[in-house]
Amino acid sequence: MKYRTDLYLVRGLGSAKDGTRHWWMQRMTSLALVPLTPWLVFSLARIASMDYEQAIAWVRSPLTAVLLLSTILALAYHAKLGLQVVIEDYVHHEGVKIATLIGINFLTLLFGLASALAVLRVALAG
Amino acid sequence: MNTQNRPISPHLQIYRPQLTSVLSISHRASGVALCVGALALVAWLITLAAGPDAYARAAAVIGSWPGKVIVFLFTLALYFHFCNGIRHLVWDAGRGFDLATAYASGKATVAAAVLLTLVTWAIWLFSGGGA
Repeated sequence: MKYRTDLYLVRGLGSAKDGTRHWWMQRMTSLALVPLTPWLVFSLARIASMDYEQAIAWVRSPLTAVLLLSTILALAYHAKLGLQVVIEDYVHHEGVKIATLIGINFLTLLFGLASALAVLRVALAG
Repeated sequence: MNTQNRPISPHLQIYRPQLTSVLSISHRASGVALCVGALALVAWLITLAAGPDAYARAAAVIGSWPGKVIVFLFTLALYFHFCNGIRHLVWDAGRGFDLATAYASGKATVAAAVLLTLVTWAIWLFSGGGA
């Protein structure tokens, strides 16, 4: 006897076995970036005229550091999801497509980690 | 099964460009461009962590005239993607789909992107960044 309804067949699944996760995370990261983007751009507009010591002091502030890390995380994930869709739509050669998708995954993770490490090095430096 | 001679929908070039379709593909194009632009942010953070000499070299590249032009274009692309992204989030909430509203929000998106770019650059220049 089957106790589960057929709902389990559709809940969170589909032909890609991924449900709406890609769509949803694209929206969640964009929602996070709605306040973070103007904050970063206006901060950088003021930072552009700062010298090294002032820029260091800005990143070292706990609020800046945690907002920068949040921005990096949301941005790297948002970029990965966005580039993935573009490749899936326009690259039709299966091998090239998969290789490019793997490359996008690796590079967005690499650049995200490098940025986060840079922020942590500045923020945690004694 | 004959799948070769079926009628297919016309190719994209057949259609006259409209504000809605141009903004749609521009959202995608600006998104890809901004992924390249984000590398500048990565580089800036890494030079900041690397020390004063690397930071000064990065500041010199960004402060040069070609650097300023590129950063200006990235600012415009970022604000366009930002405003049009909010437009998309409103659509995701199920609102603003009728034709008049779609055109009005499209025009507002372009105007807001230009305005925000100019305000940002005014702040930058007034805070001494243009020197």
